[in-house]
Amino acid sequence: MEKNIEKRAANKAHKKLISADKTFDVANVVIMILLFFIFAWPLWFVVIASFSDPGEVWRGNVILFPKGFSIDSYTEILKYKEIWIGYRNTIFYTVVGTVINLFMTVCMAYPLSRKKFMPKNILMVLCMITMYFGGGLIPSYLVVKNLHMIDTVWAMMIPGCLSVYNMIIMRSYFVNSIPDSLEEAATLDGAGPVQYLVKVVLPLSKPVIAVIALYYMVGHWNDFFSALIYVNDKNLLPLQTFLRNLLVTNTVGNVSQTQNLNPELLQKKIYLAQTIKYSAIIVSTLPVLCIYPFVQKYFVKGVMIGAIKG
Amino acid sequence: MKRDKKGKGAAQNGGLLAAVPQRSFGDRLLKDFKGNWSLYLMVLIPVTYLIIFCYIPMTGIQLAFKEYRVSDGIWGSPWVGLYNFKRFFKSYKFVMLLKNTILINVYSLVVGFPIPIIFALMLNYLRMKKFKKTIQMLSYAPYFISTVVMSGMIIIFLDPNTGVINKVLELLGFEAMNFMGEAKYFKSIYVWSSVWQGMGWASIIYIAALSGVDYQLHEAAIVDGASKLQRIFHVDLPSIKPTIIMLLILQIGSLMSVGFEKVFLLQNQLNMSSSDVLSTYVYRVGLVDNDYGYSTAVGLFNSLINMFLLISANMIAKRTTNESLW
Repeated sequence: MEKNIEKRAANKAHKKLISADKTFDVANVVIMILLFFIFAWPLWFVVIASFSDPGEVWRGNVILFPKGFSIDSYTEILKYKEIWIGYRNTIFYTVVGTVINLFMTVCMAYPLSRKKFMPKNILMVLCMITMYFGGGLIPSYLVVKNLHMIDTVWAMMIPGCLSVYNMIIMRSYFVNSIPDSLEEAATLDGAGPVQYLVKVVLPLSKPVIAVIALYYMVGHWNDFFSALIYVNDKNLLPLQTFLRNLLVTNTVGNVSQTQNLNPELLQKKIYLAQTIKYSAIIVSTLPVLCIYPFVQKYFVKGVMIGAIKG
Repeated sequence: MKRDKKGKGAAQNGGLLAAVPQRSFGDRLLKDFKGNWSLYLMVLIPVTYLIIFCYIPMTGIQLAFKEYRVSDGIWGSPWVGLYNFKRFFKSYKFVMLLKNTILINVYSLVVGFPIPIIFALMLNYLRMKKFKKTIQMLSYAPYFISTVVMSGMIIIFLDPNTGVINKVLELLGFEAMNFMGEAKYFKSIYVWSSVWQGMGWASIIYIAALSGVDYQLHEAAIVDGASKLQRIFHVDLPSIKPTIIMLLILQIGSLMSVGFEKVFLLQNQLNMSSSDVLSTYVYRVGLVDNDYGYSTAVGLFNSLINMFLLISANMIAKRTTNESLW
């Protein structure tokens, strides 16, 4: 009898628990579906707006699905000379800049990962200080100016060419993931530190190099600050500056009312001026969007490596 | 952890030194240089970079106490004592700038810090594997949108006449609003759009920490009759506490350094009273008005507060929870 009551009580508690967990699961799924839309809709909207009929977008008829397929905004955006110059420059800054970044990062990370390198602790401190303290905007600007780098491609790539954070990630990979016995063997075979780096360490560090290269590349692709401060020359401006002029300050692509156009054509131009913005976003983000699915696991890995080291 | 390692290394060195006490520091350095000259050569390149682009600008901080003259350069310009600072503290903008900087940051911290943790916990209990993967991947994507495009999207979406948000509001029977034209909306727009862009990425670290929680603890909790919510509070959260505290200290340390770019891009004449912050002011008086000394002083004031916040956050964390950055 007593046992039965106990059993029933236990059953009741169990049922209560199950229902609490069920509520939790349902709420969880509902919130996640909501979040799915919150994340997806703005991105989805940019895509459909860029392919829809400009008039429909202007009138607000495009919200969830595209209406009236049109690629006018794409043909129009590609007529801008600035976007081509911007694209060319940004590709150059991204490729050359990342190569410089990786070179600098390896040059610092590798010596600091060697046990027998005497000044490594003091150099580490030298690096760490720059993570927490800097000269600020004007003193940095004056250095670049005194080096006559203003309005040159170097101003876009040399300041900030070593990220101490990335360097520490790479160093901890060198220290923790490459067995010491390899160095002993290489030394016995007569390899110096540089030979050991090129022939053994770098080939074994492909994952971490990929992660850091990707970090640097996205940084260059999205960089707008360097150009704002150091570059005025129209032929050197990156894509992001063009995008700022188009999307934020409206200094390009604006339709002036005084243009001698018949009303209908003018109306069309005004409609198009809005959809151009969406297609510009797509065109400029396309490279990142294309490589994103393939590399996202590396990004995640990079966050982990960084997090472990703190 | 890092500290321990260093400590051990020093102890080992100490042991070696004790065994060969007759060598002087110079001798050892010379010997090290002979054996490792290629490493020295290699490290010389980034060290030169650090000196030129990080340490020489630090010497430029003296500009905060000087009146800059182009002909005399940084070192030759005359000293003016605390004049630049006094000017800043007396300026009518001082209170507004400080208030905006602090409010935007505290708002970002209060909203932006817990949300990725909650998101990670919820993902952790999501059973549908495919849906989980999809939403994870989708949530990281906004992180790779550049600040310029992000700001552009905000401005286009919120446009009072053509913005899609206003179109939806009208469909639902509300009136269209000029979001970017009114100062009171600025901070919310800034903070919530940053949450949208950064929460997925910020949750990665917590997801990793959660996957490291010992499953035996969960099994024990289930046997004891704990519900999922109870397991979150009594198993998951205590297990990832060190990660949470570490990231919290870092966030507090950067409390005063609002991302310059996004504020700068979203700023306009109409919302200036609630969007002007220290970093945009430093840029404007420095590079637009060419008031170098004054701009450096404001920048220095900003970074001193940052240092103070980081050090105090670290100290408090050390005292109360025994976790700290250094």
